[in-house]
Amino acid sequence: MSRGTVPAPVPTIAGRTIARRATPERTGNRRAPRPLLVLAIFACAIASIPLVYLVVRAGSSGLGDIVAILGRPRIPQLLANTVGLALAVTASCIAIGVPTAFLLARAKLRFRGFFAVLAALPLAIPSYLAAYGWLAAVPTFNGFWAAWLVLTLVSVPYVTLPVAAALRAGTTALDDVARTLGRGPWRAFWLGTWPQIRPATLAGALLVCLYVLSEFGAVALLRFPVLTTAIQQAYGASFNRNYAAILATVLVLLAIVLVLGEQAARGRARRRFGAVGGVSRHRIIRLGKWTAPASLLLAGVPALAVGLPVAVLFARLLDAETLRALDPVELGQAVVNTLMLAVGGAVIAVLLALPIGALAAKYAGRLVRIIESVGYLALGLPGIVVGLSLVFFSLAVVPALYQTGIVLAFAYGVLFMPKAIGAIRSSIAQVPVSLEDVARTLGYGRAQTWWLVTARLARPGIAAGALLVAVTAMKELPATLLLRPTGTDTLAIELWSRTDVSAYGAAAPYAAALVLLAAIPAFLLSGAGRGRTDGPL
Amino acid sequence: MIHLSLSNVVVGYSDEPVLRGVSLDVPRGSLVAIVGPSGCGKTTLLRTIAGLIRARSGEVRLGGRMVATHGIHLAPEKRRIGWVPQDAALFPHLTVAENIAFALGGGRRAARRAAGGERVCALLELVGLGALADRIPAQLSGGQAQRVALARAIASDPDVVLLDEPFGALDPLLRGELRSEVRALLRAEGMTGILVTHDQGEALSIADYVAVMNNGEILQFGRPSEVYERPATPWVAGFVGESVFIDGTGTGDGHSLSALGALPTEWAAAAGVPADGAAVTVLVRPEQLALDPIDTDTGSVAGRVLATVTTVSYTGHDALLGLRLDEGTVVQSRVAAAGLLPIGARVAVTVHGRLLAYPPTP
Repeated sequence: MSRGTVPAPVPTIAGRTIARRATPERTGNRRAPRPLLVLAIFACAIASIPLVYLVVRAGSSGLGDIVAILGRPRIPQLLANTVGLALAVTASCIAIGVPTAFLLARAKLRFRGFFAVLAALPLAIPSYLAAYGWLAAVPTFNGFWAAWLVLTLVSVPYVTLPVAAALRAGTTALDDVARTLGRGPWRAFWLGTWPQIRPATLAGALLVCLYVLSEFGAVALLRFPVLTTAIQQAYGASFNRNYAAILATVLVLLAIVLVLGEQAARGRARRRFGAVGGVSRHRIIRLGKWTAPASLLLAGVPALAVGLPVAVLFARLLDAETLRALDPVELGQAVVNTLMLAVGGAVIAVLLALPIGALAAKYAGRLVRIIESVGYLALGLPGIVVGLSLVFFSLAVVPALYQTGIVLAFAYGVLFMPKAIGAIRSSIAQVPVSLEDVARTLGYGRAQTWWLVTARLARPGIAAGALLVAVTAMKELPATLLLRPTGTDTLAIELWSRTDVSAYGAAAPYAAALVLLAAIPAFLLSGAGRGRTDGPL
Repeated sequence: MIHLSLSNVVVGYSDEPVLRGVSLDVPRGSLVAIVGPSGCGKTTLLRTIAGLIRARSGEVRLGGRMVATHGIHLAPEKRRIGWVPQDAALFPHLTVAENIAFALGGGRRAARRAAGGERVCALLELVGLGALADRIPAQLSGGQAQRVALARAIASDPDVVLLDEPFGALDPLLRGELRSEVRALLRAEGMTGILVTHDQGEALSIADYVAVMNNGEILQFGRPSEVYERPATPWVAGFVGESVFIDGTGTGDGHSLSALGALPTEWAAAAGVPADGAAVTVLVRPEQLALDPIDTDTGSVAGRVLATVTTVSYTGHDALLGLRLDEGTVVQSRVAAAGLLPIGARVAVTVHGRLLAYPPTP
């Protein structure tokens, strides 16, 4: 042995001194490969076209114009309506969503699986369809409280689902400790469980708030004026499109304030919660005499959000007059258009999301975090804003594409890219690094390893992301209204134009087709997520 | 003959390196265990040898090839190494046979063709899993998965097999069994192996050489018996086995004076013996202390070191006793369980063998 022994420079009993903890061994040296970085930055640049162009367009109006427009007496009213509705809906969603999640995750329920599906169901129908159902049942249904009720009903799952997931992964050990330290059950919940579900509640509340800010169809149907409807009107009355651009910028600013606020709050929450470790163990609570009220809550929200509109829909559908007025060719054409545009949007979203999701899943660092945040930018971009901005952009930069399906599919792609990033990121992150390490040591290069191992194993997640985008794109209304090629009608457009003239009956077949069409990918999604990942396929 | 050689390898950022200049020479065909507490950099060292981590400076030579030196970094896929990770990391979309065949190159389609081939069958027999060729990884036990990972790692006849705590997730009985199987397999194939573990017993029992790491450095490298019997530093002594350190003074004639009396002593990490009057810290292993029960009333105790039993830690085959010497020093003694003494028992202490001296601790 030539030079094996390396004597310690200083003869101290190192065991008695506390050795400095080395940097984490796994992440220590993993720098992102350059080609992936370049692709991800390119995707970010593409995805930020709508926002950048909107700001450019709004800024070009000149300061005087901007001040004049913002000084209009209608603006404070619109702002108050928008913010008031968003806050009211968010508050009621938390009030309903957290108890619902608690019941689903922690209570002994007879039909737990059934109730869990029910709780997610409102996500499947577009809000304008729910509003249409209520309106068809109660023709005088409009104004703030109508909008509040419908939006609360359809957005509760945004809170319920993440909170239920956090509760399932969480532990009641802290509650137990608090109880043994002399606190009552409510106090113990506040000390032990609430910190665990706080981040999920915040994230859900943010989604609800953003959703209400960008909501267009339902509020328009229920005749409650907010920023989105004002943008649409300003755009339609095309004498001053700067007005629309400036209103859209105000809406985006509201969304950005929200996202930043949630991030700050969540940062604190993470740090506080970070010390809680351990296995997920929790007790299941027996409801006893509370079974009936609990079941009422669990069944009531989906019944009002989905059951009532769909029932009204089918009642109208079976109406002889409705069937006589139906043009099957028109309906078929709308189905085809909807499908093609949604698939196009899904392809664009996945192509943009792949490099960003792959980067965020495997690498850390400031640049990676910035790229990922830019990828999620569209979360704060209402559909009407993206639509408006792309109208301006295509007219000014690529007039040949104005009012073509390409721009509309691109709008879908940009709008729903965050959904694809989320799905792709988590599915790639689930591929253990050790599998890639093994493949490398077995003689496969970086690209080969990516293709044979990482992409192969992440495939179900990537496909799920694409489906998710397609489902959402089918239901998208405001961007479609602004960008659709003349003469190309989708199901959402057909439905919208019929509710507009209060031809409620005639809208029913299109609404039914939309629900059915969106249900197919949703069904695939629930099947694709299960059992396929670890099978030999 | 040296097969794998690291020289002054530094990994990590300059303000907090994970490896601080590691040098190591591994003879061909030997199994080297790298042992140290968690976070000491041992896995980083293994990943650096594999090429999964880039060294900031230093050289790595593997089988006569320079694989990493200043500015040059050979990609892991070109290093001809076998890698057995802690979690086995079997490809979940491939069968057992396909997992092994994947090592022969060509991706999944080629793996599927080669899965029934002679080489794969021979490897499966070698690890005793001939009957499980068509299973998918989810259907294997932890021990079986590790065997497949091992077969996959040696399939392409690598220059060196790197094992990253491969037995860590297994239950103790299975761990011992698989440990000796791996040892036998590597020896039969004549392969060089590097095994990372935090279990010093595992390292001492199966390796030809042991490298003890702490804080990004190799503190000692040598045969297991050398490391246990002549630890280079007190920290190494404490890490590889139970140790008692006592302050003492050299006598110049190969002895030291301490609470245990005048005993034969030599420097642990240097030649010669402590000079007369030199302050030292001496190492005593608990198994060096023999105890005789004494009757305080009648026994003759003149000139003997006396102590009282203060703690008993019973482990079945033997027991570790804590003792307080009458002059106050606390020591430990390992005794056969049959001769167990109760707490409070009075004993006379005899020390066998020589003591190792280290420079005194501040």
